[in-house]
Amino acid sequence: MTLEPRASIPSVLKPGRYFMQGDEACAEGAIAVGCNYYAGYPITPASEIMEHICRRFAECPGRVFVQMEDEIASIASVVGASWAGARAMTATSGPGLSLMLENIGYAIITETPCVVVDVQRAGPSTGQATRPAQGDVMQARWGAHGDYEIIVISPWSVQDTYEQTIRAFNLAERFRVPVILLMDEAVGHLRENIQIPEQTEYLTRFKGAGKPPFGQAEVPPMPSFGDGASLLVTGSTHDGWGYRRTSSAEAQATLVERLTGKVLNHIPEIVCTRTHECQETDLDVLLVSYGFSARSSLGAVREARAAGIRVGLLRLTTLWPFPSGAVRSVGRRARLVMVPEMNRGQILREVQRVLPEAKGYNRTDGEVITPPEILSAIRGEVGR
Amino acid sequence: MIFPFGIEMAGEGGQGIVLAAVILADAAATYDGRYVAQSTSHGPEARGGLTQSEVLIGDRELDYPKLIRSDLLLAMNQGACDRYASRLKDDGLLVVDSTHVQHFPPRTLSAVAITRLCEEVTGRTVSANIVALGVIVGLTGVVSEIALESALRARVPGGSLEPNLKAFQAGLKAAKTFLP
Repeated sequence: MTLEPRASIPSVLKPGRYFMQGDEACAEGAIAVGCNYYAGYPITPASEIMEHICRRFAECPGRVFVQMEDEIASIASVVGASWAGARAMTATSGPGLSLMLENIGYAIITETPCVVVDVQRAGPSTGQATRPAQGDVMQARWGAHGDYEIIVISPWSVQDTYEQTIRAFNLAERFRVPVILLMDEAVGHLRENIQIPEQTEYLTRFKGAGKPPFGQAEVPPMPSFGDGASLLVTGSTHDGWGYRRTSSAEAQATLVERLTGKVLNHIPEIVCTRTHECQETDLDVLLVSYGFSARSSLGAVREARAAGIRVGLLRLTTLWPFPSGAVRSVGRRARLVMVPEMNRGQILREVQRVLPEAKGYNRTDGEVITPPEILSAIRGEVGR
Repeated sequence: MIFPFGIEMAGEGGQGIVLAAVILADAAATYDGRYVAQSTSHGPEARGGLTQSEVLIGDRELDYPKLIRSDLLLAMNQGACDRYASRLKDDGLLVVDSTHVQHFPPRTLSAVAITRLCEEVTGRTVSANIVALGVIVGLTGVVSEIALESALRARVPGGSLEPNLKAFQAGLKAAKTFLP
């Protein structure tokens, strides 16, 4: 089957309406977009992704599932599988992401497309395994060392989890980067209605035989092991052909600038945000939120509007690179910007870089934020 | 019936609270065509500990998919009743398994010896959660009986369908005693 770089392929699940868990929708989205290698180690609240993939891969020929000995081995084998031509994924929670970060850095410098799912739970460390949190926003962005850019996406519903998992795979291929799908327990374990479409967008990997796999082009072609190309893949600084250049200032600068530039130069293509109830040019309050907290925020928007307060929601689906443009343009129309999140203000600080007066609404007790408490915070701020 | 209708179910880990909630939610979403959200809260224990699961059933898309106040609380043990009764709306229905719950707040109440009834009808206590579903469906009609039966067929472990259908029928029958 020869495909155009951007193609539409039939969905694997029969199109139609389903009732599904967020974790299962993540697994089904991965299957729909051609994920054919999964390696992982179980951890609450991400285990259902692995269990579902394991069951479903057995029904879909040509897909490989491996339970590894730990998270380090999981991501290492995912990187290897990607270089063998597979569309590879692993899923974990915060503690597992911590273990994976060294090899996520390796995937960054070797420009290895892969998807890493983090279904966040309350931390730090083992914390509360079964409780929701959004405390890994900065770990997902900055956890590996060195200067780099990474793409992080946070879905807010079961339907969105399915769609954003597909998008994560396509972005990983498009930019040759690891993409982190940053879910949270409240979305991962939520069951909801979901509509499976007829078609799935599918981005084919450009293998570009004979061209340098690490240079010239902003996003170079990526041959696979076993296809006949001579390949050198190293975590050390390298030139366009993969030769180690560990003393060359020029090679180091060129590589870092290209690795960061290939993401930062394409922000409109990567960043995805949506407004809800932001029709007025002057809003009393704009809520900026993501993941399950955006559901809480939408509930609060409805309650506030019923009470005559003009509140809107800017929902961030892409968290990194941070959508500062959307935050700035919508935020300027509001008298007050408030950022509800289940952490101590990890996205708030990013919002404040654009809108210094923004305020946080935070919860760190392993419980989700509810609409009435946001409404009460809004009332406290606007004085009615 | 006023939608969205929120059902909170709670008891001890191992009583089948989560499975019952999933079956009820699946019945409403897959077989009755409603908009449904179901979620669960429990500790890290494999057995024991307080387990809560909730089902929100709507006739349109649900903005916020969790309960703020419940329209019906099923309490399968005393701890569940003590912990969640305050979330029940003023006109909400309280259903307790009187095998395990002796103290309950004064309000619209359906006390059924769910676990004991299950043992009488099926010879075992393991389907008490399905008896409870029968009581909920019989009292509220929030999902159709046929939808719930379809979801049961799809979701209960292989070989256990017959006792579970019996358990469901027993719950439906018990509910009738509370209806005007």
